Amino acid sequence: MMELLEVKGLTKRYKGFLLDDISFSLPKGYIMGYVGQNGAGKTTTINCINQICHANSGTIYLNGRMYKEDPIQYKEEIGFIGDESYFPKEMRISDIRSIQKTFYRSFQEAEFDQLIARFKLPEKKKISEFSRGMKVKLMFAAALSRDTKLLILDEATNGLDPVIRSEVLQILQDYISDGERSILFSTHMLEDLEQIADYIVFIDQGKIIISETKDDLLESYILIKGDYKELTTELRSRLIGLEKKEFGFEALIKSDEARNVPKGFVINKPSIDKIMVHLIRNSLEGV
Amino acid sequence: MKILISNQSELPIYAQIKEQIKEQILNGQIEAGTELPSIRKLAKELGVSVITTTRAYNDLEEEGFISSMQGKGSMVLSKENEFLKEKYLLRIEEGMGTAVETAKRIGMKEDELVNLLHKLWKE
Repeated sequence: MMELLEVKGLTKRYKGFLLDDISFSLPKGYIMGYVGQNGAGKTTTINCINQICHANSGTIYLNGRMYKEDPIQYKEEIGFIGDESYFPKEMRISDIRSIQKTFYRSFQEAEFDQLIARFKLPEKKKISEFSRGMKVKLMFAAALSRDTKLLILDEATNGLDPVIRSEVLQILQDYISDGERSILFSTHMLEDLEQIADYIVFIDQGKIIISETKDDLLESYILIKGDYKELTTELRSRLIGLEKKEFGFEALIKSDEARNVPKGFVINKPSIDKIMVHLIRNSLEGV
Repeated sequence: MKILISNQSELPIYAQIKEQIKEQILNGQIEAGTELPSIRKLAKELGVSVITTTRAYNDLEEEGFISSMQGKGSMVLSKENEFLKEKYLLRIEEGMGTAVETAKRIGMKEDELVNLLHKLWKE
């Protein structure tokens, strides 16, 4: 059994929103970036995996099991880090310690204390007095001190300073280093993913647009810029997500079609950000 | 072993890793029989994805520089290895080709170049 997380045909209907037949799988020991615009359906997907919301249809396997087969084990195996602290504001670290002890059988108190020390979190303060970075670190301490198999991050690195963000990336790489655990990393801070993600799933308006390895994704497109007037009809037809600006245009082009681009156009390796922007633009044009 | 990743490079990251390891094997900085860091350790240290380092190692193995065994890690192959010998030869040919071309450009005679080679060899 190589897949840690398998999502098959996940569909969820809300008023005015449809998460439409989402399928992907995440093998053991890898990091998947789950990306898309606000409102694309990222959090809905995660809520379904976390069993906080009920899907209209579809199945989710975590470590080879469905939730209903063993709900307690399923919850034990997931560590969740959100964009806001889910701990009650009035609590202190000692309260979190006892809650974790009560709720999770795999909770390792010594491990938790070590992480609290390593992250230099204040034992005496209330969580309401914590900075955003401290809250995120506390969520990590709580998740990493249990025997989890899947770490889910939902916009967890938003608003963190660069030093803490790079610390977080190291924690994530440590987490998967034994090859047995995986991470689902939902974010729109795409530069974080550009470094460490193995797979990218890109959803737009509730549908998967792209699902492939990050390396393949980055290699499959080239960013092209130039003067709109110099575009031939033939080249124009190959551009993806054309954006016309006052002093030139910018678009994507498939890498294997980029060889015949005439002189006078600038071609560059795109960032995931740019790929996302132009693909979304492209899908809007199609409507 | 030293690997420095550049974001400005035209080469994709897996190719940068591959080329730098290759270079160090060919110039003897990484010796035959050396055990390379595991794919996962390398990914962690470089801050790149596991798939990226996997691809670099797979390419190195395909090109005959290293040998990987499930659960045992990757080892730099000996210089006696046929593939590697060929790589060295190619390298020598390239270097000599440049020397010959440059010599011709300034009108140097063949025996003058050979003499120069003899002199360099003894140094």
